[in-house]
Order: sequence, then structure tokens, then C-alpha cells
Amino acid sequence: MRALPFLLIAILVAAATFGTARLIGNSYVFFAGYVVLQYIVLATAWNILGGYTGYVNFGTAAFLALGAYSSVVIHKLMPMPIPVLIVVGGLVSGIVGLGMGYLTLRLRGSFFSIATLALSVVVQTLIINWDFVGGSRGAYIVRPRTTPLLGMDYVQYLFLVMLTLAVIAVFTARCIERSRLGYGFAAIRDDEAAAEASGVPTLRLKLLATTLSGAFMGMAGAPLPYYVTYIDPSSGFSLAYAVNAIAMPLIGGTASWLGPVIGAVLLGTLQQVTTVTISSALNLLIVGVVLVAFVIVAPNGLIGLVRGTGRGMRR
Amino acid sequence: MNALLSVQGLGKRFGGFVALDAIELDILPGERVGLIGPNGSGKSTLVNCLSGTLRNETGSVQFDGRQMNGLPAHRRTRLGFARSFQLPRPFNSLTVAENLRIPIEYTVNARDGARVPAAEIAGRCAQLLAMVGLAEKRDKLPRDLTQIEMRKLELARAMASEPKLLIADEAMAGLSHAEVDDILALLLRMNADGVTIVMIEHIMRAVMQFSQRLVVLVAGRKIADGTPEDTVRNPEVVRAYLGE
Repeated sequence: MRALPFLLIAILVAAATFGTARLIGNSYVFFAGYVVLQYIVLATAWNILGGYTGYVNFGTAAFLALGAYSSVVIHKLMPMPIPVLIVVGGLVSGIVGLGMGYLTLRLRGSFFSIATLALSVVVQTLIINWDFVGGSRGAYIVRPRTTPLLGMDYVQYLFLVMLTLAVIAVFTARCIERSRLGYGFAAIRDDEAAAEASGVPTLRLKLLATTLSGAFMGMAGAPLPYYVTYIDPSSGFSLAYAVNAIAMPLIGGTASWLGPVIGAVLLGTLQQVTTVTISSALNLLIVGVVLVAFVIVAPNGLIGLVRGTGRGMRR
Repeated sequence: MNALLSVQGLGKRFGGFVALDAIELDILPGERVGLIGPNGSGKSTLVNCLSGTLRNETGSVQFDGRQMNGLPAHRRTRLGFARSFQLPRPFNSLTVAENLRIPIEYTVNARDGARVPAAEIAGRCAQLLAMVGLAEKRDKLPRDLTQIEMRKLELARAMASEPKLLIADEAMAGLSHAEVDDILALLLRMNADGVTIVMIEHIMRAVMQFSQRLVVLVAGRKIADGTPEDTVRNPEVVRAYLGE
């Protein structure tokens, strides 16, 4: 399928999702749906670096929180529309992603992962000690009930924004996958020395991947303060983001754009349902159990299971 | 004739261990050179320094009239310097044909001049696979290949970058008699097509048959450089291989 038809179909699916949510008419659907959509963006962003180039990032929460706190800063200085906040959050996290890549990409395998975890701790410590954004007390954001745009309910509006972002992220990931860049990433994942010997500028490509991946995570985080109306470091840097962003692509399959989407929809929905029906404390336990099950039964994710081949990440 | 590759005073140490000591080497365009030496004599370190995987501490490397010192490996590949790996290192998640796509997209199409249009890349891959006799394996994954097919893929991937010079690092180790002949014929054909080839090898039959010139490394130093017949009779070379 060419890029344009894919984009049209993605937009149609998104429109159908929004239409269905409106038909159900329950505002909780939008509230829960937002989280699932946010995870589609996060998982897709993680997969651009982790799935395509094979560099496992444990610092998802830091990039998300940087996007969220960029919004807090802007809100305090001069409130701006959500799409602008998303662009700013993406820029901030993208730049941090570039910096992280530059500092850490000489590290391989688990050493890279540990460095990303360290980055997460560093950023969290900085935010905790930054009084302007509320420090460890956190920051409140009072959002309007409706948006000027079509007079829509604000949560519905956030849902729509995140839906659009999800379409953009998935479309970007798919474009990468089918392009020269995608082949370059795959070569890096499989064997960096051989990639260099084949003419792949590995450092430049890895920087591109960390920047792009970080930027999308920041974009996913930018509307977060408006969604929860209160953000503090312990929720913004929650371990759940980092774990979910890894678990979802692994469950779906890391080799293609569809994997993170499937993983995010399944695991995200399951978590939302258990939060309501059983307990919110059960979330991480579920992720753990599902992840262990998948590592054993379907190491290449659901897509690998369906295709029956072993293509994909073998690290 | 100007040398295609000119190595001057190249030195590399690992801590206190001198891996390469003031290596001088000139390779002319179109030449077939054999590079031999006992295990640990620095052959692979030399290849790694030349290809940019390792940094040499002293000396200079000139390729095709350009100074290569400090250039990262991918830039050297783009200049026309290709190498195959001693142990095949295919891209495991890509099919055999896709393995060849990487050097075409990132080396041939990154050079100034003739690009391979997107629509012709698949055809070019098929052509290269046919040359090494892997045409039927194009959609297989590398792990489905046999040892010799893996070597052929390694050579095909090096050739896909349309190099001026190819260093074949032990492309025949562990292969059977007939398989060695197979690879040998392949390398000779590449040379006939105008590619300068440096063959690193332990199988003397193949080296003697292939090389127009033989270079011997022992303990990081070049101890002989000349016609194959003279070189193997050189007393120093004999001593290095057989002892006193």
C-alpha cells in the first residue's frame, strides 16, 4: 500500500473511533480512550528507537514528563492552545533526545538502557527542585469546561487531539519502515559494524532515531497536565510509562508499525478495564504477567505469532 | 602507475601490545594481492585500521588519491573501499536480497554520479545474487543459508557497494575443497571486472593460485613482499611458519 491510501485509511479509522465514542455518549469513554491513545503514541515512539534500531530506552517517562512540564511552564507564562503546546513539547523532548543520543550512543545494549534510566532520574530530580513548576508539590492546571473550537467538551477535545497525534505518529513510523531510513535502522539493529561497512552512517541515523522517538514522547506528554489537571513529579515520571512503552511493542511485535498499535490497544484497554472493575493497583501486575507470557510464548509479539516467522527483534 | 591504496608507517597498539608496527604497503589498481601471516600477526587489525573500524595511532592511509585518516568506516566504503568480514555478519532480520539493498541505497546512491533508481534496486540485487549463485535464495533469511552461501552473501554485499578495492578477509576458511574453488572463481571474476582484490587467507593453495603478489605479516611487521614463488621461499617467512 502506498503512503497516501494508508494515511486516508488511518484517518477513516480515527474518524470511526471518534464517531463511535460519541455514539456511546459516555464521557468516561473519552477519558479512558485518551489514555489508550496516549499509549499508542508512546509505544510507537518507543518502537522507532527500540524496535527499528534495537536500542532499548528505559527513559520514556522522562521524555513524556518533559513534554508535560513544558506545557506547565507555558501555562504559567502565557496559556496557549494545545496544538502549540504539543509542538513545543515535541521540540523540547526532541532536543533532549538528540542530546541523550549524542552522549550515550557509543554505549551498546544494556549499557545504553541504563544510561536512559539515569537520564530519567536526573530529569526528575531537576523538576522536583524547580519551584516554578511546583517542585515536588506539583502544579495545578485549571482547564476550561469547553473549548472555543466547536464548543466541544474539553475531554473530548483532548481525545481528538491525541487521536490526531496517534495518526501522525503511526503514519510516520510506517513511512520510516518502508523507506531507505527503515533499512538503515534495520541494518543498525542487526549489526552496526556491518552497517558501517555497507555505507550506513550509523551515528547520524541513531541520532535521528533518538530525536524522533523523544519528540513523539514529548508530544504525547504535552496535553497531559490539561488531562489530569494536576501533575507532580511522581505521577509524571511514573514507572508505568516506561514499562508500558516497552511492554506494548513487545506484545504486539516490534518489527512493524502495527505491533505497538495492537499492544497499546490491548494492554491499554485491559488496564483501563481493570482500573474500573478491580483495582488500579493491579495495572503493573497485569503488565508483568502478560509480558512474561509473551516472552515465553510469542517472543516476536502477536504479529510474529500470526505470521509464524521469526522475523523481528532477536536480541 | 599511481597506487590505489598507499599505507605509510601505519602503527596500532593495544595498551602495551604492538599489534602493527610501521606497515608500508602499496597496492596498484587491478592487482590481486595475497596477505598471509600466522594467527595473531595483525592481518585483521590491519584490515580494521584500513576500513576505519579501528583508529591507527601512527602513519597514514591514502586511497584513490585521498587521505583516509580519521574518516569513519561508512565514508571509506563510499570512497570505494569494501571489506568482507572474517565471520559472516549478515543483517539477520532482512532477507538475502534486502541485505544487498543496504549498500546499494547507502553507498552507491550516496555517491555523486550514477544512482540506482528505486525501481531498479530489486533488479540489481537479483543480478548480484545471480553472480554469486544465490538467485533462488533471495527471499530467505540469512540463518537459512549454509556456511558457503553465507560467505557468498558476504562477498555479494561487499560487491553491491561497487568498490574499487575489496578486502576479502578469510572468505574461504572452513570450506571444502570444491567450495574453495567456487569462491576462488568468484574472486577471479570480480578481479577481471576491474576490482582490485586483497585476499587474506590461510589456505595456501588458494593464495598461491590467486595472488600476483604476496605480502607476509609476522607479529605486526611486514617481513616480505614480492612474487608468491619468491616469497614462500624467503627464509624469514619459512622461519615464521615452520620455526628454526
